[in-house]
Amino acid sequence: MNFILKKSIKLVSLLIAVSILSFILVSSSPVDPVRAYIGSESINVSQSQREKIETYWGLHESKTTQFFNWSKSLVQGNLGQSLIYRRPVGEIIATRFRASLALMSLAWVLSGVFGFTLGVLAGAREGSFLDRLIKGYCFALASVPAFCLGLILLMVFAVWLGWFPVGLASPFGGLAKNVTILEKIQHLLLPALTLSVVGVASIALHTREKLIDVMNSEFVRFAKAKGESGVTLLWRHGLRNITLPAISLHFASFGELFGGAILVEEVFSYPGLGQSVVKAGLNGDIPLLLGITIFSAIFIFIGNLIADLLYFLIDPRTKRKWSHG
Amino acid sequence: MAKHIRLKYKLSQRFEGRNPRKHALIVSIAAIVCLFTLVIVGAFVNVEGLDVNFMAKNNPPSFTHIFGTDWLGRDMLIRTLKGLNLSFWIGVLAATLSVIIAVSFSILSSVNKTLDAVVTWLIDLFMGIPHIITLILISFALGGGLKGVVIGVALTHWPMLTRLLRAEVMQIKSMEYIGVSQNMGKSWWWIGTHHILPHLLPQLIVGFILLFPHAILHEAAITFLGFGLSSEQPAIGIILSEAMRYLSSGMWWLAFFPGFSLLIMVFLFDVLGRNLRKLIDPLNGQKL
Repeated sequence: MNFILKKSIKLVSLLIAVSILSFILVSSSPVDPVRAYIGSESINVSQSQREKIETYWGLHESKTTQFFNWSKSLVQGNLGQSLIYRRPVGEIIATRFRASLALMSLAWVLSGVFGFTLGVLAGAREGSFLDRLIKGYCFALASVPAFCLGLILLMVFAVWLGWFPVGLASPFGGLAKNVTILEKIQHLLLPALTLSVVGVASIALHTREKLIDVMNSEFVRFAKAKGESGVTLLWRHGLRNITLPAISLHFASFGELFGGAILVEEVFSYPGLGQSVVKAGLNGDIPLLLGITIFSAIFIFIGNLIADLLYFLIDPRTKRKWSHG
Repeated sequence: MAKHIRLKYKLSQRFEGRNPRKHALIVSIAAIVCLFTLVIVGAFVNVEGLDVNFMAKNNPPSFTHIFGTDWLGRDMLIRTLKGLNLSFWIGVLAATLSVIIAVSFSILSSVNKTLDAVVTWLIDLFMGIPHIITLILISFALGGGLKGVVIGVALTHWPMLTRLLRAEVMQIKSMEYIGVSQNMGKSWWWIGTHHILPHLLPQLIVGFILLFPHAILHEAAITFLGFGLSSEQPAIGIILSEAMRYLSSGMWWLAFFPGFSLLIMVFLFDVLGRNLRKLIDPLNGQKL
């Protein structure tokens, strides 16, 4: 109970800080919101009309009043109206996030499975050729930027081989209701693959290190003395000890996942949350930018919370530690 | 057990006649030499190739233009070298700023419990938003440009290093000689600079080098997304985002070579950092 209370206080304090900080950052921007709203038509808009928009938006009030007005409606669940999409921000985040969620969850599962398998393969035989190969692969992977990889995959598989479509989440020009599940999956696969590759390295290296630690421990030596070896030993003593921390770590990587998704969506023109945050930033759509920032903070917090909870619920040792301190 | 012994034997065989420290030293020096060449060549390269030349537009790679040319006839090799040079200097600036922030915060957190809580909370705050979104917000606030990128990258990368250094400081603080020093009436500033900072130095140097890959990647990413540097500056991110528009027309060299060069530069920094750690921080370094 104490744990949940502590966490919720932390979430609230972080959210307040995030909203204050991002509001300060956004409102100190030299980008003129009125001009961003009107766009290329700004020559046709007279000074008095401008004045009207500015008073309507409350731009003449002080920054603090503006902030309190915004946060008041935020608490009521109203994120405001997006300037580029001309729809409520909450609605846009909801529809866009559904697309992003499909991409991110597929990539998350893929990178978890691949990373864990590679880590186990490498850690089981420390110093072997396979271990060095996987280690080198992971280090090389860590220096590949997500968008570069996306570009290369796009070039090879979509442009040259023509196996996958070049972009978007559904075929161009079709009606949304005519899109089949198969077509959606076809559009999803390449971006998800790109995104998953980025997450593989950290999880594989972590699993490898943990497995090596476990395999050098006293209880494994004892098990070997009893005559256990090979896969049985690995299954009984190795995997059981490393699976939970690996899953936990994977939940804590939601931040990188979200950041990677922004880049991948931009490369593949995938209509997700990341693409709209980039659009919002480039076009000065302040309500949408703030809304997505806060949403991403909640998203990452949930990931970290699940990671903590997994430790807390499954591993009895952490429970004892928490109740003592 | 027999297998275990054989494995250990194999390991010792692998290192026979090869000193790991010497190996790390050689690799580090090689990486430094490569990076310096890259930077120096990038700084002094002839910029004539950057002029618009429609006679030689959309050329695939050849001997005169090793990386090919773009749709304005600009030489891609020179653009790439200039872009890497810019990336390097942004990396230097951002990494230096990050290290300064990280050191001051980790020393601050050693003063008392309240300050420590504040620092941890700040770390959680900055780790709680995706780096890219923070970068977008900061560059939006500063109206884009080089300044936005450098400040953004510096402000997003200190938390990782601070967390590492803070753990180290906590460990050092529980040492006996710190208690002795306190009992002798030394101020926390004196203890910080004389007893804690020297122990942080190896972590700091390695952390500084390992910040580069992240900084360069984030700089390229944020420019790629269209924030930050303007399009006439030869940044790698700009080159890649422009190349993306020409991908479907089959001009693969526009994206391939710059992307690959960026990868190599990041990889070199990564190798340098890991090998330096083996040399100056052997206890943690040998694990990898």
